[in-house]
Amino acid sequence: MTAATTPGAATRLDPQPGEVIDRTDRFAFTWNGVEHHAYRGDTITSALAAAGVRVFSRSFKYSRPRGILTASYLDPGCTVQVDDEPNVRGSHRRIAPGQAVTAQNVWPSLDRDVKMANQAVGRFLTAGFYYKTFIKPQRLWPTYQRVLQRFAAGGTAPDTAPDRLRYDKRYAHPDVLVAGGGPAGMKAAVAAAKHGAKVLLVEEEHELGGHLRYGDTGDLDRLALLRAEVAASDVEVLTDAVVAGRYDGNLFAVVERSAPGLTERLTKVRAGVAIVAAGLIERPYVVEGNDLPGVLLSTAVRRLINLHAVKPGNRAVVLTANPQGDAAIADLQRAGVQVWAEDARAGGDIVRILGRGGVVGVEVGDGRKVPCDLVVTATGWTATTSLLNMAGDRPVYEPRIARFLPSQLPDDVLVTGGLAGDDDLDELLDHARAAGELAAERATEPGSVRGAALPVRPIVDACLPALPLHDHPAMFRGPTHGFVDFSEDVGSKDLAAAVAEGYDSSELAKRYTTATMGPSQGKLETVNAVAAVAEATGITIGQAGTTTWRPPYAPITLGALAGRNFEPVRVSPMQPWHEVHGAAPLVAGAWIRPDHYGDPAAEVRAVRDEVGIIDVTPIGKLDLQGPDVPNLLELLYVNKWQKLDVGRVRYGVMCAEDGVVLDDGVTGRLGPDHYLMSTTSSGAAGIWEWIENWLQTERPGWDVHVTPVTTAYASMNLAGPRSRDVLAPLTDVDLSADAFGYMHVRTGTIAAVEDCVLWRIGFTGELSYELHVPAGYGLHVWETLLAAGADHGIRAFGVEAQRTLRLEKGHLIVGQDTDGLTKAGSAGLGGLVKLDKPNFVGKPELVWQQEVGVTSTLVALQPVDPTEVPPEASQIVVAGRTVGRITSSRRSPTLGRGVCLGQVPPDLAAPGTHVTVRLPDGRDIVAVVQQHLAHVDPEGARLRG
Amino acid sequence: MITLSCPWCGPRNVTEFAYGGESGARPDPATATPQPWRRYLYTNANPAGPVTETWLHRAGCRRYLVVERDTTTNEILAIRRPGGAPSTSARHATTGRATEQRP
Ligand SMILES: [Zn+2]
Repeated sequence: MTAATTPGAATRLDPQPGEVIDRTDRFAFTWNGVEHHAYRGDTITSALAAAGVRVFSRSFKYSRPRGILTASYLDPGCTVQVDDEPNVRGSHRRIAPGQAVTAQNVWPSLDRDVKMANQAVGRFLTAGFYYKTFIKPQRLWPTYQRVLQRFAAGGTAPDTAPDRLRYDKRYAHPDVLVAGGGPAGMKAAVAAAKHGAKVLLVEEEHELGGHLRYGDTGDLDRLALLRAEVAASDVEVLTDAVVAGRYDGNLFAVVERSAPGLTERLTKVRAGVAIVAAGLIERPYVVEGNDLPGVLLSTAVRRLINLHAVKPGNRAVVLTANPQGDAAIADLQRAGVQVWAEDARAGGDIVRILGRGGVVGVEVGDGRKVPCDLVVTATGWTATTSLLNMAGDRPVYEPRIARFLPSQLPDDVLVTGGLAGDDDLDELLDHARAAGELAAERATEPGSVRGAALPVRPIVDACLPALPLHDHPAMFRGPTHGFVDFSEDVGSKDLAAAVAEGYDSSELAKRYTTATMGPSQGKLETVNAVAAVAEATGITIGQAGTTTWRPPYAPITLGALAGRNFEPVRVSPMQPWHEVHGAAPLVAGAWIRPDHYGDPAAEVRAVRDEVGIIDVTPIGKLDLQGPDVPNLLELLYVNKWQKLDVGRVRYGVMCAEDGVVLDDGVTGRLGPDHYLMSTTSSGAAGIWEWIENWLQTERPGWDVHVTPVTTAYASMNLAGPRSRDVLAPLTDVDLSADAFGYMHVRTGTIAAVEDCVLWRIGFTGELSYELHVPAGYGLHVWETLLAAGADHGIRAFGVEAQRTLRLEKGHLIVGQDTDGLTKAGSAGLGGLVKLDKPNFVGKPELVWQQEVGVTSTLVALQPVDPTEVPPEASQIVVAGRTVGRITSSRRSPTLGRGVCLGQVPPDLAAPGTHVTVRLPDGRDIVAVVQQHLAHVDPEGARLRG
Repeated sequence: MITLSCPWCGPRNVTEFAYGGESGARPDPATATPQPWRRYLYTNANPAGPVTETWLHRAGCRRYLVVERDTTTNEILAIRRPGGAPSTSARHATTGRATEQRP
């Protein structure tokens, strides 16, 4: 009997009082290519169950047929693929017209499955099989991996994310968050709102109501009243949403699965007080055959009958230990199902469930075999203490009620409903109302700081009255072994075997067998697993304890975690020109910059021979004003600044307190109390914070105001022997060498744009002007300069050409020619550091470095073979030992040979020293240390011209 | 994710702040010897309990803050401006020269 469908089994019941299906809206969908019909409001499995489908998947390890167990989100055997969406929870997701639903984890088909053979070889797949079977020989690991991938439960994700998928994130700041929209949660939410709190109520199901939804007419009447109360309140309600985790400061992750227009949304909820009313999950009974299609929990048959009007079978055996089971019997009888009841409270039990592809009978306690097509168990509850655990609770097992109870919580987490105890609905609602009022009081109390860390304390100290507890038989395993974990195919026998092998605590046995580690994540199986370990080790469940629940409680898609893409991209005002002119983009931090415009060597030659222009907008720029700016510069730079005249620019280097080179740039004095500082592009944000740190925490008395103006200016560098000729006609600043010399600054008009800053500096080693133009006019000035320069052979150049030009000139780049250990003395900057200054950041270490002597220093190198260009990071070796490295290297278009900067030990630093450079390909070449860092124009004649 | 209550902005998610590390007393740079200086640079007490730290409200007011935090519970014991510094406006009314103030 392996047929997945019972032909002709029309099992839709007459209209039920609480049904959620709309019989006026009937539509078609397909299941494994076969057309079926559903009503609006049907879940995937309720529609298929109504059509007689019983098998929805094959189990993970043994490929056993599996059907509905819980008829809820947790249903372990009902994960299906819907169109191109894998891993859809079929007993939760509501089917929509025209959808194509297919079974997943069936290879090659739902009815016939190759892995069925595993049942015959089950002894290879017992406890810890991952760790035993697939270990040796190691050369077969890739094969094992392919085999195991076949086992992985999962659907087929599309190769590219479909455009229709939309994910988002948001924050919410309710005074009170209520997790769980059953009767207690609804009541608590309304009470808190009436007490003046802003309330967010989150319910995992599609409607509020919890177990009342599938209750009798009395329950439905109470539900209608509660829903009316919620509707009349200001409570914000999220359904088809779940509180997936609780984090420090009462922050909760709420996953919304049907937010309007979105595939999934993650809401980060900072709650004043949270009320956990997550209720109880019905626990499966461990007995032989308990995974057969047709074995359902009592809550599952109540859902199918009362919510979806589906008759779950014709002849049922019901094992009941509680009122929910008794109510299921009543529902079944009303639906026309013949019922054989085994009452556990009166000694009834089931020994094993019979069948192969589905239930055909039950061996009951007295040995009789009762034929049936449906087995229903109501043997107890698992307390959903996940959120409480995450709040610091250590739930305690209470044998009298055969479930865990909360024990300790911080003041900003309260618990009500079935988690707190048992009672009649009226008393439960009183407790919930009290919880809501207390939560509102605490959350809106003046002076309460939301998000503060609160200590946990015993729950008995809390102000809520304790709820009574109703005795419940402790029922975990019957007289035979059965499945504990339906997702991972782990049985009670496997857990016993794990204990026998020495994995004798629940934490060890869980990891060894992978019980509780599948898609259900312990919600159905944890307590049964603990019970099996306790039984095998001869201790009580209380002694065995429970495994720790960690976030997330429910699956969250990676899309929701990522949310929308908010990664900012920065471009200069000249970016439109760059794009039109074929700039190759270079990603530099958040910036996109032109790397080159097709021919970086030609760009270098243009700068050396005529004139070039580069967009340097990302250079960090800080406007400094106030009488204490010279003190600040003196403190942060290693060189001297007190005597910088108005109109002058100086190069400076900053070190951290450990003497390591932090940043460099030029600063110019625009007026008596007004300076403009430049930093490296990558250091722009960090140096601003560095300066503010010193001003705010160390020198709060100094009068300096810092304004970041990096993007307030568009910056460009006009470089080359003809740069003066290009710029002169466009500016009111006198550019003659006498009036505007090297390392001077002027302010003036460029291309009719006022308030521009002109620096005469030269990173490239040529006569050059760095122009800072109000950003809105950047493109205008850029295009005007290019037009004016056309007769002079002007050419735009990019970062690559600039790097080559500065390397030819021997100018270091912080972070390229230095690293996190390079102190100023090792960066070729020893002459710049003024140790006779009374104090500056990094001075103590630089004094000591000078005393001890440097261990490494920056030099210029040229390979003897001019065609060699050793790649950056090539090692400098002596007798096979690495003593230094090439930090920068390029082929110099100006010299027609390879040029480098490198870090070498002092004994190799003398000009003319031959060093051995080991290339990445293993070859050794010889390079010669140069006299100056500059390969081109060491005297600086071009620069000062 | 805890919150920090910025004296300027009010309670904000800690993700708005940059961590500046444990606050330690800086030896006088003029007289320091290598060992205590490097202890200041590279070692932290890292206590299980109250610790004084520097934080920057990077995504807010961009002020540096002194935070006393219990590392075992994340309880914030105190948040204050560094060094008892005068407020921003007061600082700009100041015309005096350098004053040595430490947090
Ligand atoms: Zn702030």
